[in-house]
Amino acid sequence: MTVFPSFIFQMISPTVFFVGVVVALSASLLGVFVVGRRMALISDALSHVALPGLAAGLLLGFDPFLGALAVLFFSVLIISSIERQGILSFETLVGIFFTAALAIGLLIIPEEHLLESLFGDIAKIGYLEILETALLGFLILFFIVFFFREFSKITFSSDLAWGEGLNVNRLNLAFLLLLALSVAMGIKIIGALLMGALIILPASAAKNAAGSLKGLTLLSIIFGLISVFVGLFLAGAFQLPPGPMVVMVSAAIFGLSLFVRKA
Amino acid sequence: MTFLEVKNLSVKFPDFKALEGISFSAEEGKITAIIGPNGAGKTVLFRALLGVLPYEGEIIWHKKPTLGYVPQRLEFDRTFPLTVKELLLLKTKWPNFWLPKESALKEVVNSLNHTRAGHLLDKRVGKLSGGELQRVLIAYAIFGQSDFLLFDEPLSGIDIEGEMTIYGLIKHLAKELNLTVLFISHDLNIVSEYADSVICLNKKLFCSGVPEKILTPEQLKALYGAPITFYLHKHEEPVKHHHS
Repeated sequence: MTVFPSFIFQMISPTVFFVGVVVALSASLLGVFVVGRRMALISDALSHVALPGLAAGLLLGFDPFLGALAVLFFSVLIISSIERQGILSFETLVGIFFTAALAIGLLIIPEEHLLESLFGDIAKIGYLEILETALLGFLILFFIVFFFREFSKITFSSDLAWGEGLNVNRLNLAFLLLLALSVAMGIKIIGALLMGALIILPASAAKNAAGSLKGLTLLSIIFGLISVFVGLFLAGAFQLPPGPMVVMVSAAIFGLSLFVRKA
Repeated sequence: MTFLEVKNLSVKFPDFKALEGISFSAEEGKITAIIGPNGAGKTVLFRALLGVLPYEGEIIWHKKPTLGYVPQRLEFDRTFPLTVKELLLLKTKWPNFWLPKESALKEVVNSLNHTRAGHLLDKRVGKLSGGELQRVLIAYAIFGQSDFLLFDEPLSGIDIEGEMTIYGLIKHLAKELNLTVLFISHDLNIVSEYADSVICLNKKLFCSGVPEKILTPEQLKALYGAPITFYLHKHEEPVKHHHS
């Protein structure tokens, strides 16, 4: 433990470190497919959908995280089932849901909690949040690793995927649910609004720099981890809110990646 | 030996019937062509065979097939940085994608060599030309010891190497690897040149048999609902259309 100066450990406690790793890993892995499928705004939109659930939790005195999770989960199920009727596109439905949810959330969320819900605060997390993050994180990581080939095939071409007998609709729904879970997981850490950024930015930067899917995945993970650690460190060092700092670092990496474009 | 036997197959969608009471069989090692007008249910038949559409009737595989499928027009994101090698490795057990075993890599190269695409191993799929992509997709379809291939209307215009068309390659592979092939085509010249037997489809089965018997003006008129002028050129190269 002599690699890092000890003051870093004073600012980044082991629990924060652990939670940061889990969040960064799941977000950057999901990001590979989110960016690959050009659905970047959907993860952002989903983060707004979480707000009424958070608000309900804060108002009624149950865990806001569970509220967010429930609202996200049902929204994804409803959006998918309406989409299958084929009249409205997926993007349109997500657009409707997220603006409506944002409106409801802003109306009912107690004002003193608004900023924290939107931008999170990793410094304030307790053991319950750590446990929740760990459980969700491992669930997301397990599914992504287990279905990596399936998600890759669908991302590359859904024509090819169904030709191999994959149930593309069901896998798409599973993917959206994972995305919803990751958004819920990130709320406490970097906030509902900024979780979408942590999903999109590392993978986008990686896509600029990578020449293969393997490279894209590994780079996305590395960029995600760097974003979280450097962001938390800078936030601690300069007494700034951690969520925005993490996103700023991620955006800076993306900026640098533009100079090594391979695509 | 009969590989595939389809008995009284029907596929119904909420508002229309796509296939009604189709019966036919495909012999092992033979190439069977499926012809019929647009909307005849050809692709629906493929989807039923691939097991992604619910159907009534029976689909009997006389031995367990390993299916390979080549879609009609592959729509994909050309900026997704998947390499040819990675594409094929996605078909293997998952650790192989990250740390491919020697044997898996050998099989990848072997499949690509079969379609003369070995040199494309490390190229990005998004950067392939039309002909290269076709070859890679066929390599992908045969990868993993596939023994039954489904081709949804391969582009007839693409010469994959010199004079060899995609159909020439399919025929060559079928013989070399003892593949059973089912392909959809609009081009009756190609059907007569390359298929061992033909199935005519227009929601129902109109006819089936060897090309010489099927591709007659009477049969074609019944199938397409209009006279089709078509002449068998037995010993000529089929007409090629260049799309490139």
